[in-house]
Amino acid sequence: MTSSVQFDTNGNLRHFLTIEGLSREALVEILDAAESFISIGERQIRKVPILRGRTLVNLFFEDSTRTRTTFEIAAKRLSADVINLNPARLSTNKGERILDTIRTLEAMHTDIFVIRDNASGTSHLVAKHVPSHVHIVNAGDGRHAHPTQAMLDMFTIRQHKDDFTKLRVAIVGDILHSRVARSQIHALKILGVPDIRVIGPRTLLPTEIEKMGVTPLCELDEGLQDVDVIMMLRLQLERMEGQLIPSAQEYFRQYGLTAERVQRAAPDAVVMHPGPINRGLEIASEVADGKRSLILEQVTNGIAVRMSIMAKLMAGQRGPEEGKE
Amino acid sequence: MTARLPRPDDLISGMATELRSELPTHPIMIGIHTGGVWVAKRLHQSLDLTTPLGSIDINFYRDDFSRIGLHPQVKASEIPDDIEDRCLILVDDVLQTGRTIRAALNEIFSWGRPAAVQLAILVERSGRELPIQPDVVGARLDLNPSQHIKLLGPDTLEFSVSERPT
Repeated sequence: MTSSVQFDTNGNLRHFLTIEGLSREALVEILDAAESFISIGERQIRKVPILRGRTLVNLFFEDSTRTRTTFEIAAKRLSADVINLNPARLSTNKGERILDTIRTLEAMHTDIFVIRDNASGTSHLVAKHVPSHVHIVNAGDGRHAHPTQAMLDMFTIRQHKDDFTKLRVAIVGDILHSRVARSQIHALKILGVPDIRVIGPRTLLPTEIEKMGVTPLCELDEGLQDVDVIMMLRLQLERMEGQLIPSAQEYFRQYGLTAERVQRAAPDAVVMHPGPINRGLEIASEVADGKRSLILEQVTNGIAVRMSIMAKLMAGQRGPEEGKE
Repeated sequence: MTARLPRPDDLISGMATELRSELPTHPIMIGIHTGGVWVAKRLHQSLDLTTPLGSIDINFYRDDFSRIGLHPQVKASEIPDDIEDRCLILVDDVLQTGRTIRAALNEIFSWGRPAAVQLAILVERSGRELPIQPDVVGARLDLNPSQHIKLLGPDTLEFSVSERPT
């Protein structure tokens, strides 16, 4: 699902729906701007007026704590007004009813919708139907994409590693159900990472994943050899239908990231996880809380990166009061 | 068409002399990116200031963000010290509309409440759109509204004047 919908007629980014199809320059620009937004967290007044007078609605049809909260903090630091909505899940005619919800909120002069849904393509669908002054940010759609997570992961990697074009990266776990993995792979490819390995049990590796330019591996010990970055994924038990993993103990024995296994990676390797972590299932506590773990840095960086993305989408937009020169 | 342009370094030594005569105690000098930082660096040196030099980027406070968007190379502001109740010397290269200074003051106040802020400007020209005036000025230049003056640096400072496309 590449998305020309996310650009306006001048080629500017209007919605943030997927990493796929973005240029290296666009990604680097977002990361660079995020760098300066970091400093706002260090001031006495942690706010800048970039989105003053704008309204952002967090529309989460699927539960989330950190993504919703960091979007909320990010928007508030940009001085936007924020409304959080968690409508009950809808089962029938879902697409149509989401559009009705959006139209209603749009009539209340919402400028940005941040949308999470368990169906792939929801934010894409919404983006196609909103007027040009409304912006959509995908905060996770089904198995498809979670582009802001991938951007904060890239930002976190860049803080610790100098050059994307020399990195070996392992993405480990439930690749099949992971929108995070898909977005990470696109971002890593665009930034020029030459060696991307996806590691997990055969039942959790999508068929033809190698077409994305990655190396699928079923052996964790082999896959971790000399990698610079280990990106763990959460085992998405709620999305699994049928028996995809043997048992929790057996899964941990084969694919759990332990301190011993981390030894196989490069000596300065870092460990990441988008959260929330399943301790003792995909990652051992001693690794999650250990000195190579960047898990909490990822959370903090999520604020600056989301500020950067929202600022980029809103750039060059005239508000209703600014129509005249 | 334009009279010969002054040398920035000559103007800066004049500014330093003027600043020295009424220098507040332990002032914090802050340059505005990019040209203002170059000027501030030189002033900081000639005044032998012992307090660290700060720099600010005003892009988060621009009043035309919604028209032109975020500058792709926003730099982080660096305010080296607690500015609460301190005297600040704000330095920029060119003062024209006054909007940059307005944005810079807002930026500064998000870091704390200074006791006073002095404004030192390398070149002042007409075209003010806000009630802002400098305390110390290197030179006042008479330029047409269509002319654009820019400070080039950072190693050797010089002015460049061009006709702004309309």
